[in-house]
Amino acid sequence: MLGSGEDVRPPYQEYKNWLDGEDVKRLHRKSAEAEAFLRKTGITFNVYGEDEADERLIPFDVVPRVLSAREWRKLSKGIEQRVRAINAFLYDIYHRQEILRAGRVPVELIANNAAFLPQMIGVNPPGGIYTHIIGTDIVRTGDDEFYVLEDNARTPSGVSYMLENRETMLQMFPELFAKIKVQEVSHYPGQLRRSLAACAPPRCEGKPVVAVLTPGIHNSAYFEHSFLADQMGVELVEGHDLKIVDGRVAMRTTEGYTAIDVLYRRIDDDYLDPLNFDPQSLLGVPGILDVYRSGGITIANAPGTGIADDKALYSYMPDIVEFYTGEKPLLENVPTWRCSEKDELAYVLEHLEELVVKEVHGSGGYGMLVGPAASKKEVSAFRSKLINNASNYIAQPTLSLSTVPIFTKKGLSPRHVDLRPFVLVSPNGISITPGGLTRVAMTEGSLVVNSSQGGGTKDTWVLEE
Amino acid sequence: MLGKTAASLFWMSRYLERVENSARFIDAGFRISLTRSASASDEWSSVLKSSGVIDAYRAKHDDFESAKVIDFLLRDRDNASSVMAVMKKARDSARTARTALTREVWEATNESWMTLKAAMAKPVKEQDLPETLGLIRQQSALVRGATLGTMLRNDGFNFLRLGSFLERADSTARILDVKYYLLLPSVALIGSSVDNVQWETILRSVSAHRSFRWLNGTDISAQAVAEYLILHKQMPRSLTFCYSKISDNLNYLDINYDYKSRSAELAHEICSNVLNQPIEAIFEYGLHEYIVDFIAANNRLAAQIETDFNFQDRVG
Repeated sequence: MLGSGEDVRPPYQEYKNWLDGEDVKRLHRKSAEAEAFLRKTGITFNVYGEDEADERLIPFDVVPRVLSAREWRKLSKGIEQRVRAINAFLYDIYHRQEILRAGRVPVELIANNAAFLPQMIGVNPPGGIYTHIIGTDIVRTGDDEFYVLEDNARTPSGVSYMLENRETMLQMFPELFAKIKVQEVSHYPGQLRRSLAACAPPRCEGKPVVAVLTPGIHNSAYFEHSFLADQMGVELVEGHDLKIVDGRVAMRTTEGYTAIDVLYRRIDDDYLDPLNFDPQSLLGVPGILDVYRSGGITIANAPGTGIADDKALYSYMPDIVEFYTGEKPLLENVPTWRCSEKDELAYVLEHLEELVVKEVHGSGGYGMLVGPAASKKEVSAFRSKLINNASNYIAQPTLSLSTVPIFTKKGLSPRHVDLRPFVLVSPNGISITPGGLTRVAMTEGSLVVNSSQGGGTKDTWVLEE
Repeated sequence: MLGKTAASLFWMSRYLERVENSARFIDAGFRISLTRSASASDEWSSVLKSSGVIDAYRAKHDDFESAKVIDFLLRDRDNASSVMAVMKKARDSARTARTALTREVWEATNESWMTLKAAMAKPVKEQDLPETLGLIRQQSALVRGATLGTMLRNDGFNFLRLGSFLERADSTARILDVKYYLLLPSVALIGSSVDNVQWETILRSVSAHRSFRWLNGTDISAQAVAEYLILHKQMPRSLTFCYSKISDNLNYLDINYDYKSRSAELAHEICSNVLNQPIEAIFEYGLHEYIVDFIAANNRLAAQIETDFNFQDRVG
């Protein structure tokens, strides 16, 4: 909220004026109300490995994170460029592989990568779109310095929090929205549905039938799956509701089987099709990939998009952007050391205390080392893991992430945040909802914002021009 | 609508109805244990029988001490049909059918679960029991109110209603079955005060003791009680009332789906054969036999609904 000195940064000025006139007691009360409101909604997530009955609420902070219209324009241009490049890259990597021939990305990085699906080679996804939904993780380190941390091109989650956080703020502080003009986010579900419907497969007849595929009520993100299906007004299906009828994927309804045209799947590639991928999977639909290849269904995101957000590939993103758009990247990549390379590994081992080391295929903040926050013992334990399986890791510097105040028992206090804007891609263009999900490291000084590690969220405002 | 969603709506309302009925049974049993301690064991045993958990209870306890029975029925983890276990199933079903529920119905169900979970986190003391049972009934009323006030009158609503009334009919029939011997005409007992209290307990288990008196005055007879619970057209927990609602909802589904379901036919048969006879004929046939037949028919209808509306994938 504060700039380089003690001045309030311009986008926060109006909020600060309002806040100064507020009674702290009222804010405490509102904070508790917000929690009760969210709990009633059922916006909880299950933590894996804990008692199934334990559903946790992601901590919600009542102080919004504010971006100016100018900041947002810059960010969204950069994201759009990156998303365009990712789709072009995916098309290329599953077709002629020009980028490998040009030597800009090493062949072995693709060929030996579990996220690369040979089954997708030569497949043309309907509408030419691979990643219909992307959630780009952004961090800020200075006034005009934004870095892309991760591209999340598989099944990004969190958009329901973006929407419910805004809903909660509107309930708690309606007067704020009368004073400060904030850009809307509530059109997202409608846009998502239109965007998915615009990618109907060749065999679709009439109005496209869209459905959301969930692993079921015990999945940690089930709330979001049912929320999105409900808000879009489409069915929420599980693998056992589906089977292949006349070359189409069809859902069992009270009146018989109905073909689905576009499936927004919220399960990983591995589980999608036991005939083509993991034969143990009970979550998917046997044979769906064959229907997909014959133009009977659109799968969003397309199978195999994981190759684009793979952490081993991340360090090549600036080249990828340039290769396909012919432009310099508008958003920075975080400098990354590839532990698979000998020299870089040596550097990483020497500087472990300063670096963040991540598993190439990890997610959710599991299995990573945050050097400056780790104990000597943790660092040395990680060191041996790293030496034993170097190519499984990448390392990045600990960035001095920007902070945003949260409302604590003792008043306002700064915490590190990141930002995940949500991007929709369809043949009609790319649209980015103004705002996104701001995740907060709730512990003072911590840099880990993942909800699985106790991170919280707050509403994200992009101001009107 | 997905077959799975229809199934979840159907079961969600069955479970909610079951929770509410359990609260009534416990209430009636508790009353007897307070006012007539000599017959408390018998009463608790029949409550456990009506709830279908007598065997599970016997496996764990040797006697029918009120505190043990109450804890078993409300929250014991060894009882898969405890109020809390069934409430959890209701909420899970609601979560599965979330897209077919209004925000109000979902939130009422979710809040009920949270409220009851908090109220029953520890064993409920006897002095707090009336309040806890009241809370259960109040929470059920909230969900029902949200359902009636906000749901579109579509197929989803029909499945919710079918679940409620099938469960309710089953529950009323079970109480009658467990107590049928009390209702058999026996010259020796007629007019004795023992009978009156027992009969009243039956009426109390279905929240009908007041309405019965309004209709019949103090003239309480076994036949009148049985007739009231089986045949009365306006009594909302009678078998006849439940079946008129079941029939209506199946007819709506048939119209909506432009379909002639076997379920609607079956419901019609139960209405016109099983329920369309004078109480004298039922007694002549044998009240126990009659109720056993009814429960079986009710189960057949539930299975038929499951088949007709694709609740599950049929093999082949």
